[in-house]
Amino acid sequence: MTKYEAVIGLEVHVELRTKTKAFCPCPNEFGSEPNSNVCPICLAMPGTLPVLNKSLLEYGIKAGLAMNCQIAHYCKFDRKNYFYPDLPKAYQNSQYDFPLCRNGYLDVEVDGYVRRVGINRIHMEEDAGKLLHGEGDADYSLVDLNRGTVPLLEIVTEPDIRTPEEARLFLENLKQILQYLDVSDCKMEEGSLRCDANISLRPAGSNVLNTKVEIKNMNSFKAVQHALESEIARQTKLYESGGKAVQETRAWDEDTGKTSVMRAKETASDYRYFPDPDLVPVVLDDEMINKIREELPELPAARKQRFIEEYSLPPYDAGVLTSSRALADYYEECVKGYHDPKKVSNWVMVELLRLLNTNNVDIKDSKLTPSHLVEMLKMMDEGTISGKIAKTVFEEMFISGKRAAQIVEEKGLLQISDEDQLAAIIDELIAAHPEVVEDYRKGKKKALGFFVGQVMKQTRGKANPQIVNKLLLARL
Amino acid sequence: MEIFDLTAHELSDLLKKREITDIEITSAVLKRIQQIDGDVRAYVTITEENALNDARNVHERRNKGDALPPLAGIPMALKDNFCTKGVRTTCSSRMLEDFIPPYSATVVDKLLENSAVLLGKLNMDEFAMGSSTESSYFFPTHNPWDLDRVPGGSSGGSAAAVAAGEAIFALGSDTGGSIRQPAAFCGIVGMKPTYGLVSRNGVVAFASSMDQVGPLTKDVRDCALVLNAIAGHDPLDSTSVKRNVPDYTSFLTGEIKGKRIGVVREMLDDGLDPRVAEVFKNAVNKLEELGAVVDECSLPIAAAKSVPVYHIIAPAEASSNLARFDGVRYGFRAVPEKGKKYSLEEMYMKTRGEGFGPEVKRRIMMGTYVLSSGCYEKYYLKAAKVRTLIKKDFEQAFERFDVLITPTTPDLPFLMGEKVNPLDGYNSDKYTVPVNLAGLPAISIPCGFVEGLPVGMQIIAPAFREDSLFQVAYAFEQNTPYHKERPPIKRRASEEKAKGSDIND
Repeated sequence: MTKYEAVIGLEVHVELRTKTKAFCPCPNEFGSEPNSNVCPICLAMPGTLPVLNKSLLEYGIKAGLAMNCQIAHYCKFDRKNYFYPDLPKAYQNSQYDFPLCRNGYLDVEVDGYVRRVGINRIHMEEDAGKLLHGEGDADYSLVDLNRGTVPLLEIVTEPDIRTPEEARLFLENLKQILQYLDVSDCKMEEGSLRCDANISLRPAGSNVLNTKVEIKNMNSFKAVQHALESEIARQTKLYESGGKAVQETRAWDEDTGKTSVMRAKETASDYRYFPDPDLVPVVLDDEMINKIREELPELPAARKQRFIEEYSLPPYDAGVLTSSRALADYYEECVKGYHDPKKVSNWVMVELLRLLNTNNVDIKDSKLTPSHLVEMLKMMDEGTISGKIAKTVFEEMFISGKRAAQIVEEKGLLQISDEDQLAAIIDELIAAHPEVVEDYRKGKKKALGFFVGQVMKQTRGKANPQIVNKLLLARL
Repeated sequence: MEIFDLTAHELSDLLKKREITDIEITSAVLKRIQQIDGDVRAYVTITEENALNDARNVHERRNKGDALPPLAGIPMALKDNFCTKGVRTTCSSRMLEDFIPPYSATVVDKLLENSAVLLGKLNMDEFAMGSSTESSYFFPTHNPWDLDRVPGGSSGGSAAAVAAGEAIFALGSDTGGSIRQPAAFCGIVGMKPTYGLVSRNGVVAFASSMDQVGPLTKDVRDCALVLNAIAGHDPLDSTSVKRNVPDYTSFLTGEIKGKRIGVVREMLDDGLDPRVAEVFKNAVNKLEELGAVVDECSLPIAAAKSVPVYHIIAPAEASSNLARFDGVRYGFRAVPEKGKKYSLEEMYMKTRGEGFGPEVKRRIMMGTYVLSSGCYEKYYLKAAKVRTLIKKDFEQAFERFDVLITPTTPDLPFLMGEKVNPLDGYNSDKYTVPVNLAGLPAISIPCGFVEGLPVGMQIIAPAFREDSLFQVAYAFEQNTPYHKERPPIKRRASEEKAKGSDIND
């Protein structure tokens, strides 16, 4: 890949988590009984009319502002006409020539450099229902219209992306931002974030734009990266053998790791877009846009920078902790109650994230709350529990949601700092192992470790290590 | 006069005075339907039992001394493109032959809240596409003034029913003249309000940017009463406008001294039947006599371009609006022969091919064409731009005039089967179509007769100036006898022909 450079643009569809659907009062919920969230409007019964859900507009403006876009003072809805059983009106309400947002960008940190990816446009539209095809030879398909008219944003980038990795990182950034804005779950596996890619190759350093190929059917951010890698390899081969890419849509196959032709350009549909006469144009004034701008939360990039400065965290820590708004909120809640931000960072980043991941728990559902952690850290500082015991306590808090003090009491995990009690154990050990004492005195400093280990074993880890050390040194 | 010949306000007065009961009125009109609808064929569905029950309920409430609105107990009927909960709504199409909506149009709810009594659903051109009610899938409706002639369309069932005393009033929808033209043909009052004044929710869409609901009544006062009941903002229709609705009966003063009235020059052209022109001229003189200041006015673009612009925009919107009738969720679905199966595409094509009639298919095809890639700019976009110029034409005219007047139609009610070429039908809307493109209010009122056939005068006002329409229409009506005429329900054309052949023999 030194000879060719990839030119990549992405089209991302994001389902918005508004309470109700885009054009009717039905609940916008994932996973309900099929066809339970439907009404005459989203079933497109005769005579029904769509009415715009204002939250859709608000969410769209938020996303646009967060991606540095210009918000249109005038935008309108168009009809994209095509027949399919998952589309009851036989047209999708979308925005064709007057989208809500234009001309934005996202700065994506890649290994050692920043790639600015232009946002061509963000527009509002509606989702279609889902088809469930009968199995085997069945001559029927079923339609579930719960998802029909669920609001979507379509985000279209400029062809500014140059590598598959940049594409993946762009998507991760985008997801972070949308989650920070609390406008979408961005769950690719539930289909609330979907991504198509356009890619062409050109000689490195050139400015020409060659024929682009559209790739669909990618089900994760990694799949996007892999599909693009595979497509670069395929197109490279084409150009090297004197061939050319042709305009077509290709589908990514996760199992074979290859793309294959889905449809050629010739069979492209004519969607007969025209302005929807049932939905009046949206006119926005600066006052409304500015009000939403003022209400925007701190976004991931800014928050990361603040974490570095305010909490003196290494950039890596700050990056991990601000990767989601919920995690960053969690961290800051802890720091409010505890003086050492780095220590909190270690516990949250290492222990908490490990437990959340292995148990597949969302941080919002964590039984181990910031106050749990703060109490435990304070107990460590007071010498009530040792660092080692703390890990056990932490896990127990995570599982049961009990407070550290309660766990320590129930399980008898109080740290043993009583010098007499420890001295008795140590004296016994020294008496029982004269040869190790001998080794130590001959200069084998490791022998000290043997005694510490034995003390911990006998106290089941509860001995205060500083006191054990002090007592041992005095006796040896 | 018979009960069924009276107007809503006359019946309302009799009810108030206890000289008649709600049950008597509904029974009388139902009986009238029984007697003559075999000839007129205005109704697609008659809800006799419901009507009698509703009338009984109103009667009981009246006896208890409940305060009731003026339309209470008045039997009325609806064009069959208004969704009525539990009552089939067909749009006079095979596609919706058995469709029973689980909801009612907003205007239907409003009329029922006003305790009006629903008699049934009225015939129309299929999906409101046509000017004669001959494109109904079920049967054509006949003009009560001459059963050999069409009642106009597409709200032909509504106009015929009101004229014939088969309903005291009716609702219709008007996309290019579909209320005003049949009102003119049937000798009654028909109004298309300003776009956005009346909710379209629950009215099966033809061309959304022009469809508007309005009353068909026996006189202007009834028109004002019905508009009072149905006008106003509806949160279920984004295009309905938020503004206060006045009491339209307050504009029925009879006073039009100094009103500036413009006669649209281009609408007195060669295409106008000279007999209609004569009647219209007399009507203009009458208005002058009543103190109005009448002058000529010109709408050069609106008059010349409206028909082609309309026949691009309306089919374009229709092609998209009617795409939902695909056989998947409701309505007609084509079924393959035993042992055969349809693919999805075949099911779509057969369903739509068999479910829609020829006029609907023609407009869907035209609409699909003008929106298709390569044609959009040439046709749809251009038409949309010309539409803006048509609006400006009217705006300029209204700088000089309070209202504009035209004949409602260029010709008299034509014979059934006479207009075979669809383009003839399209031209019969040429005075009404510009009003829809501009979103303005207009009313058609009876202004005379030619050989026993009614002629209508159209009055057009600026947006939301229904008050002016009512002022002028009421003054004219109260000083002329035409609204008091009732049709003979006879086959005149064939009788005359028979007479003619007698003489020849």
